[in-house]
Amino acid sequence: MIKALLFILWISFLSLPFMGIKGALFLLFGISFAYGIFLAVKKSSIIFKEVKMPGISYEPRILYIVIFIILLALPFGLKDYYLDVVILAGIYIILALGLSVVIGFCGLLNLGFAAFYAIGAYACALFMTKAGLGFWGALPLSILITMISGFILAFPALRLHGDYLAIVTLGFGEIVHLTLNNWDSLTHGPNGISGITVPFIFGFALGSLSHYYYIVLIFVLAAIFIVRRIYYSRTGRAWLAIREDETAAEAMGINTTKYKFLAFAFGAFWAGLAGALFASKMRFVSPESFTFMESVFVACMVILGGLGSIPGVIFGSLLLVVLPEALREFQLYRMLALGTGLVLMMVFRPQGLIKPKTTINHRGH
Amino acid sequence: MFFQQIINGLTVGGVYALIALGYTMVYGILELINFAHGEIYMLGAYLGIIFLGIFTAMGLTQYSLFLSLLLTFIFSVTFCSAYGFTIEKLAYKPLRKAPRLSPLISAIGVSIFLQNYVMLTQGATDKVFPHIMETTKIEFFNATMTALQVFIIVTSLLLMSLLHLYVMKTKTGKAMRAVAQDKVMASLLGINIDRIISVTFIIGSGLAAVAGLMVAMYYGLVNYYIGYIAGIKAFAAAVLGGIGSIPGAILGGFVLGIIESMGAGYLSSEYKDAYAFVILIIILLIKPRGLLGKSAKDS
Amino acid sequence: MILEVRNLTKAFGGLKPVEEVSFRVMHGVILSIIGPNGAGKTTLFNCLTGIYSPTKGHVLFEEKDVTGKKPYEVTAKGVARTFQNIRIFGSMSVLENVMIGQHTRSKEGFLSAVMKTAKFRREESEIKSKAYEYLEFIGIADYADADADSLPYGDQKRLEIARALATEPKILLLDEPAAGMNPQETIELMKLINRIKEWGKTVILIEHDMKVVMGISDRIIVLDHGVKIAEGTPKEIQNNPDVIEAYLGKEDIF
Repeated sequence: MIKALLFILWISFLSLPFMGIKGALFLLFGISFAYGIFLAVKKSSIIFKEVKMPGISYEPRILYIVIFIILLALPFGLKDYYLDVVILAGIYIILALGLSVVIGFCGLLNLGFAAFYAIGAYACALFMTKAGLGFWGALPLSILITMISGFILAFPALRLHGDYLAIVTLGFGEIVHLTLNNWDSLTHGPNGISGITVPFIFGFALGSLSHYYYIVLIFVLAAIFIVRRIYYSRTGRAWLAIREDETAAEAMGINTTKYKFLAFAFGAFWAGLAGALFASKMRFVSPESFTFMESVFVACMVILGGLGSIPGVIFGSLLLVVLPEALREFQLYRMLALGTGLVLMMVFRPQGLIKPKTTINHRGH
Repeated sequence: MFFQQIINGLTVGGVYALIALGYTMVYGILELINFAHGEIYMLGAYLGIIFLGIFTAMGLTQYSLFLSLLLTFIFSVTFCSAYGFTIEKLAYKPLRKAPRLSPLISAIGVSIFLQNYVMLTQGATDKVFPHIMETTKIEFFNATMTALQVFIIVTSLLLMSLLHLYVMKTKTGKAMRAVAQDKVMASLLGINIDRIISVTFIIGSGLAAVAGLMVAMYYGLVNYYIGYIAGIKAFAAAVLGGIGSIPGAILGGFVLGIIESMGAGYLSSEYKDAYAFVILIIILLIKPRGLLGKSAKDS
Repeated sequence: MILEVRNLTKAFGGLKPVEEVSFRVMHGVILSIIGPNGAGKTTLFNCLTGIYSPTKGHVLFEEKDVTGKKPYEVTAKGVARTFQNIRIFGSMSVLENVMIGQHTRSKEGFLSAVMKTAKFRREESEIKSKAYEYLEFIGIADYADADADSLPYGDQKRLEIARALATEPKILLLDEPAAGMNPQETIELMKLINRIKEWGKTVILIEHDMKVVMGISDRIIVLDHGVKIAEGTPKEIQNNPDVIEAYLGKEDIF
């Protein structure tokens, strides 16, 4: 109790130069008050503990069908603004799944993932505006180019370990960002590239929000499906083994270099896809969408949900896209909350919100 | 031109080196990239403006510029050290036994928090550091060197030497090296590891505060996001020299500063921030553990 | 003859943890490598399994030169190992640890996993059932679903053996398998190693526990300061003056 009060006093003191005397006093009393409420609730929560949540039993298959129907019906029930947020969340899910392969499965900390996202988006934008390709022609090419850049980074990066790898990927992200900002003749610098057209199917323009929603939905489902299948396969196991102990993995006969390359390329594949979708959804790309903060943001999605857990990644992406939108009135404070949330998360639940399941129904005999 | 770039490079390099020392010391002991370290530097720059403002309002600056500057330095360093100390206790200490990634994420969280904390309390616009030092210039070899540049280079060299002496000669310094070598052994020898880690954060943050203050004086402008770019560059400098090595951080800082100003002067200043990383990647390819890095540990 | 080591030397700068070591291993025997701490035993293992590339000399496996091959290539050829400090895949399940051992013995790749082809499913269930068999062989099948790092120490060591066996090796290298085990566990371990031998596998082990070494070895090699000082049957080794000297010489320090 006294320790806690001293702590609050200390924090308020630290804030003194930045918040002034009034602010520091406000902080002092504010936190003390909150702490008092916390203590009171803690005391009374003994009563709450007795009440247990009734267990809901359901068939997972039915749950999936219900979710699927809701997803299909979503554009009919949502205002454009919310649909926009959902589409963005979908693109982030694809992106975060890609990063999850690299960080969560293979254990390679990539702090420059936004670079791949950027390359995918810019490649798509350039193919469509300069080469006159349609979206469906530009999409595979953008993904290919992103994967190639994944290889180019993997060559030097995979000789390095741990934090060195992290810093080199971070550097790669910065280099790409600076290049986008300064290569005026190709990227139009900070002004970005506009005039990206909408996708067409059989001459039919898919320009409305709900069209985009369905396109993104299909890709999100495909991404979840494919990543999940790979996760529960020989390749996925090899990645996890590398994450857990690289030396032991190699002694088990896993060609670690090859599988790390594969993880980088597979991750880049999804980043390229997400980038292309982003470019055509926004119909505009500019460097400011692909900063280091973006890389960190995506990494947070992967880590918040639970490293190596696919439902966790989905949940993390939804949380980090939807929550800030929901808290728009408190917009000023949302980054503050994100930072605090990350620290609290690591201190109190470092494994993430959802613990990954490694094997499925292997009691099959 | 050449000498001018060297001078500019040494000035910026000294600042990078001071920040890099904090990274390298923490890494040496905790094997943690203290991502929030760049923000401490930013706090130092802001604190400088805030305290100098207070002293000016009190009339101290008009009375004695030297005294008020000295007090500004002391206050900023003290506060930054307190911040570093507190951050370690709150965000890193509970994670000592967690997987490698957890403290790094926590550090990123602290970094985001501090940036926004400063933005909210001090505003999102540039803050101006009062122009107080006379622009005495020294000229030689067609290059000019301002008094401020001399001050920055001398101060950083002085602090580095003091740090070197501290780590080499004092009991705590020796304990620090012991902990960096082998934590288990050090604790068996009766070294209080938690205390050593706290001391490391206090010293590292103090150095970053000085760096922040000097940069605020040098460029005259401060913003809440200066910590990020300076932080990653200083980290690049630490890695360049071989992270965990104190001479390495100093060398890395100066090398990076000079490369950067050379690149800006002779190639293109738009890509100024990219040179650091290109060089970093090239050096890591040739020497995966940095210029002065220890060789790989055998399993 | 399944393994031959010719004049193997590994140097780290001026240090030579292994120097001019030669020996041959016959098919289906248990060979122990003993020697005081720092004699170069684990370094020798690391050279045999490709973790280190030897400075000089050759390693021949089934008459083929495997010197300087990568660890995963050596494993694919049929040499598996355990580690002195446990290196299991901690947050994966026990069963999955063993399934990873099957990596080189399976081949289904990316596309078939996405399509979940019939072949893929067949291979997966084969991997699973084989992994189960290895767990049963070792005697920890009850823990198949548990997280590997939740197992007690002795079981983690046995899991490592199961995982190594799952690579279907011809030679199994065990680095101090009995270290940290209680007498009961040690006896079970000796039985296990004998069963692995009866299965037709060659076993090379590094071990400090002389009861284990003398109890199960067909042949023993003694290393001291990186040099082979003796080789022979347990009887011969026990009476070898050089060996006694090497061990006694060490004990003088204490």
